[in-house]
Amino acid sequence: MRKLSIFAVFLLALVIPSLAQQNNDVKVWPVRDNIYLIYGAGGDITVQVGKDGLLVVDAGLANMSDKVLAAIKTISPLPIRYLVNTHFHPDHVGGNAAIRQAGATIAGGNVTGDLGAAASQGAQVIAHENVLNRVSAPTGKQSALPTNGWPTSTFFNDEKKMYFNGEGIEIIHFANAHTDGDSIVYFRKSDVIATGDLFTTIMYPVIDTAAGGTINGTIEALDKIVDMMIPVYGQDGGTLVVPGHGRICDVGDVLNFREMTIIVRDRIQDLIKKGMTLEQVKAAKPTFDYDPLYGNNSFWGTDKFVEAVYTTLKKK
Amino acid sequence: MHVRSKWLGAMLAAVMAFPAAAQMNITGVWNNKLHEDWPDRLPGPELGDYAGIPLNDANRLRAKTWDASLITLPEYQCRVHPSDYASSFADIRIWQDIDAPTQQVTAIHVHHFAWETERTIWMDGRPHPPEYAQHTTMGFSTGKFDGDKLMVTTTHLKEGWIRRNGVARSDRAVVTEYFIRHGNELTWAALIHDPTYLTDTFIRSRDYQFAVAGQIPPYPCESVVEIVRPRGTIPHHLPGTNTFLKEYQDAHGIPEEAAMGGAMTMMPQYRARVSELIKNAKK
Ligand SMILES: [Zn+2]
Repeated sequence: MRKLSIFAVFLLALVIPSLAQQNNDVKVWPVRDNIYLIYGAGGDITVQVGKDGLLVVDAGLANMSDKVLAAIKTISPLPIRYLVNTHFHPDHVGGNAAIRQAGATIAGGNVTGDLGAAASQGAQVIAHENVLNRVSAPTGKQSALPTNGWPTSTFFNDEKKMYFNGEGIEIIHFANAHTDGDSIVYFRKSDVIATGDLFTTIMYPVIDTAAGGTINGTIEALDKIVDMMIPVYGQDGGTLVVPGHGRICDVGDVLNFREMTIIVRDRIQDLIKKGMTLEQVKAAKPTFDYDPLYGNNSFWGTDKFVEAVYTTLKKK
Repeated sequence: MHVRSKWLGAMLAAVMAFPAAAQMNITGVWNNKLHEDWPDRLPGPELGDYAGIPLNDANRLRAKTWDASLITLPEYQCRVHPSDYASSFADIRIWQDIDAPTQQVTAIHVHHFAWETERTIWMDGRPHPPEYAQHTTMGFSTGKFDGDKLMVTTTHLKEGWIRRNGVARSDRAVVTEYFIRHGNELTWAALIHDPTYLTDTFIRSRDYQFAVAGQIPPYPCESVVEIVRPRGTIPHHLPGTNTFLKEYQDAHGIPEEAAMGGAMTMMPQYRARVSELIKNAKK
């Protein structure tokens, strides 16, 4: 017994530092050409680099900003010109203020005037208008993000196009999918899409019903993403995806995820048609075969997913 | 004597410079021998036959709700067999990269006739990428010789299949393979470890014969719209509604328990259990 505990202590001493290192470290991994993934700062971060500077998609958690900025510096010493937010959740916009302040914009956006002189400094923060609505608040109310972390350039319709570092970039908005303000960022020359939380590899589709998310909007977004992707013969590679959370993917991974999402939607729709209550639907385990893959996430597990699908299908 | 010892020294040096143990050369074109598991291979497995697969309950539900119409979708038509399944089909070409100054094998490549897939087995001791790197149908493979057997470890696979009737293999699986050459015969065994969807290791072995004049033709595949469907349609059976599952059991007189698979159905002693089930059913 005594021997065992000494051994256990020895093992712990070996394991704990390496685990801690893994959990706290923010990693950089090449995606393709001039596109990089920054992993481990909350949501996945995508960085496009070139002679004009850097464009960053999503900012990670607020308390990870120092590490994110250090990781970005290892990619390029050039200034961050743009930060694009895929949606308003804190694991994607928490670092907005720090990243914006570390950068330098080229031109002012449509809302920088409203935010005062401070807003014209730092990187331009681009997002759908609904992201600004979610992170800001009426005067006198507490806003989700400090003013200097708010988007400085918003768009209202389905798409914003820009050209940066020698490539066309499409920021495409989806209504009522993960939230009501989702965008994906498509790098046309590198052939890489940053999807935000419309697609992840670690959990069921996260549907923020309180912020306008719906299951059918999520499926429409996944359909559109699949439509945009072209695989190489043999189905590997071609268009690559940086998900909201998890690993770098190609169209095969997105197809598998879409397949699961549609099958579960169809099953729950069928159970609703049979007149089942939410509790009955949960008891029928409509995600049973996918739970070993996606059901164990502590933030967004099976119950929450089934409930969100049920609620948004019922509302229809 | 002096000359001879010099010669001996050179011989000794040459022998010592040989790679560790009895490293085999497995390069060349190999013809796939289809004698083993024939119904599972070119004809294709029947619906509802999961016998011999240590699948868990979740995987069984995936298989039972799987609809073969899925592969009529354009995005699914040219999906290739993953590296742990590719050995089931057609001929292969194996070649290797050599580091010129040391004459060491740095990589072994395998080309499969089916879908022209190609994989690399790194022999240079490089580490596997981190978990957040891309996964592929071939996965990331490293190899080393264990005596005269080439042992390969593969990670970073995209989701694939254990049997092409809906039994899934997850993207978290790790595959151990052995390539064993006996003269002009090659045995390729894959051990699939997938705690997500299997309760035990699944083992698949295939045999090949060396082809002196072997050539491998191209294998084109082009996706077309076969059936016009509304966007967002995925063919599948709602749980409990798949009427095709009984066909295999009825056609071959196989009890449902055996057809539904599970670790026990892999074992030779399960034959006695099947006989008993059949006897009881006749009573
Ligand atoms: Zn989110």
